[in-house]
Amino acid sequence: MKPYYSKKVIKHFLHPKNFGKIQKASGVGDTRNLRCGDTMKMYLKIEKNVIKDAKFETLGCGHAVSISDIMCELIRGKTIDQALKIDYKEIVKKLGQIPPAKVHCSYLAKTALKAAVDNYRKNVRSVKK
Amino acid sequence: MPKIYLDYAAATPVDPKILRAMLPYFKKECGNPSSIHYFGQRALEAVDQARANAAKFLNCDPGEIIFTGSATEANNLAIFGLVKTGDHIITTQIEHPAVLEPCRALERRGVKVTYLPVDSDGLLHVDEIEKAIKADTVLVSVIYANNEIGAIQPIVEIGELIRDKNQKSKNKTYFHTDAVQALNYLDCDVKKLGVDMFSLSGHKIYGPKGVGALYLRKGTELNPIIYGGNQEHGMRSGTENVAGIVGLGKAFEEMQSPKLRIQNIKIRQLRDKLIKIILKSIPDCRLNGSLTQRLPNNVNISFRGVEGEAMVIALDQKGIALSTGSACSVRNLQPSHVLLSLGLSAQEAHGSLRISLGKYTTQQEIEKFLRVLPGVVERLRKISGYK
Repeated sequence: MKPYYSKKVIKHFLHPKNFGKIQKASGVGDTRNLRCGDTMKMYLKIEKNVIKDAKFETLGCGHAVSISDIMCELIRGKTIDQALKIDYKEIVKKLGQIPPAKVHCSYLAKTALKAAVDNYRKNVRSVKK
Repeated sequence: MPKIYLDYAAATPVDPKILRAMLPYFKKECGNPSSIHYFGQRALEAVDQARANAAKFLNCDPGEIIFTGSATEANNLAIFGLVKTGDHIITTQIEHPAVLEPCRALERRGVKVTYLPVDSDGLLHVDEIEKAIKADTVLVSVIYANNEIGAIQPIVEIGELIRDKNQKSKNKTYFHTDAVQALNYLDCDVKKLGVDMFSLSGHKIYGPKGVGALYLRKGTELNPIIYGGNQEHGMRSGTENVAGIVGLGKAFEEMQSPKLRIQNIKIRQLRDKLIKIILKSIPDCRLNGSLTQRLPNNVNISFRGVEGEAMVIALDQKGIALSTGSACSVRNLQPSHVLLSLGLSAQEAHGSLRISLGKYTTQQEIEKFLRVLPGVVERLRKISGYK
């Protein structure tokens, strides 16, 4: 039987590199999983459509924290469109298999990213106006 | 790294004396209690001795004890064995799933079930039962002490109320309690409690897993849920788990030792210290459940801005094993139904830790835990952005 928490997940959970805030972020996304109650906030710094930096604040289990950390790592340096295409498979590539009950944690990260991008686009539009 | 075990409410280690009593029944004493030869009769004698020990502890007749495979099975036997379509059951919102799920299954078959609320301390008020009880109420099932928050329910008072009702009504209401968590710490004299059925299991009282029992008061008519060779007075067919039953019997013997009282005082003192220091040293946390009507080994605390499972896994990395009442886990993403019944928000319920002590818990272990916990909470609060 595989352990409920894999070594890779534990590593990211114990030593996440990307948690915290970005001052003057280009976009901030706040999301909550209604089923399990976890919350995730994602901060993005975007320049010329490229994600220069990403940070997170997550109130959730070890899997949710690890996935948040990986998500920030994956999207850094990518264009917005590339980042939005990142899916569960890429997270599994980095973290290894996640227990079925925890797959929803990856949706939480995707939703937070989407919300941060929406917020960024809204900010850009309001500046243009 | 030496491990620290603070999850006695989940399972207790087997007491070496109990293990020693069990061992011969795996090998030398190999008989089936239903066999009439030497080996069979030896096994039967051992099962009968365990039954006598259980009966002495519960102050009942040995014939009123039915050994089962677990307390879950005992609860299922009590509920499914008694209740018929069209009947009415009363239970509480803070039962263990081993009672709640049988009730829900019966609901789907046309049984009416009332799930009574508890107050913010996790205590059931007897007048709630009085309001809910009807002529066709066949069963009231109330947990003796809750597994998550240790809240002790007024079983004696409920028993009296049901006795009064039964004297006035020709339809009898039976009273069942799931007493799994209570055995080590509370009076379990079934006559004083006024219960007709009482469920228990081995692995909460320093006995083995895989064995439980139901006390069934004489004259309470149940239908079995397992049919076969008519073991356990026909109430639970299947060859007896002889070694397990011997272990359970020995556990009852151990619980009658006068040392138990002193042991429990020590557990309570350690527990009180634990609660006091956590509440004092960590900001924004609260104790869940009554402070006074509480099992002496139970702590349940919610920490704002932290999720329970994250705390459990972080502490596990530091060699400390405990649990959360409300893991976002394989089986259930919902927060603890018990904590929600107390009126906690979903987020408060999610940020809870259950710490349960036992007879092997030491002062040093508690001190180590108290040194580690604040750092874990602080780190997770940083990650969650909690101010």
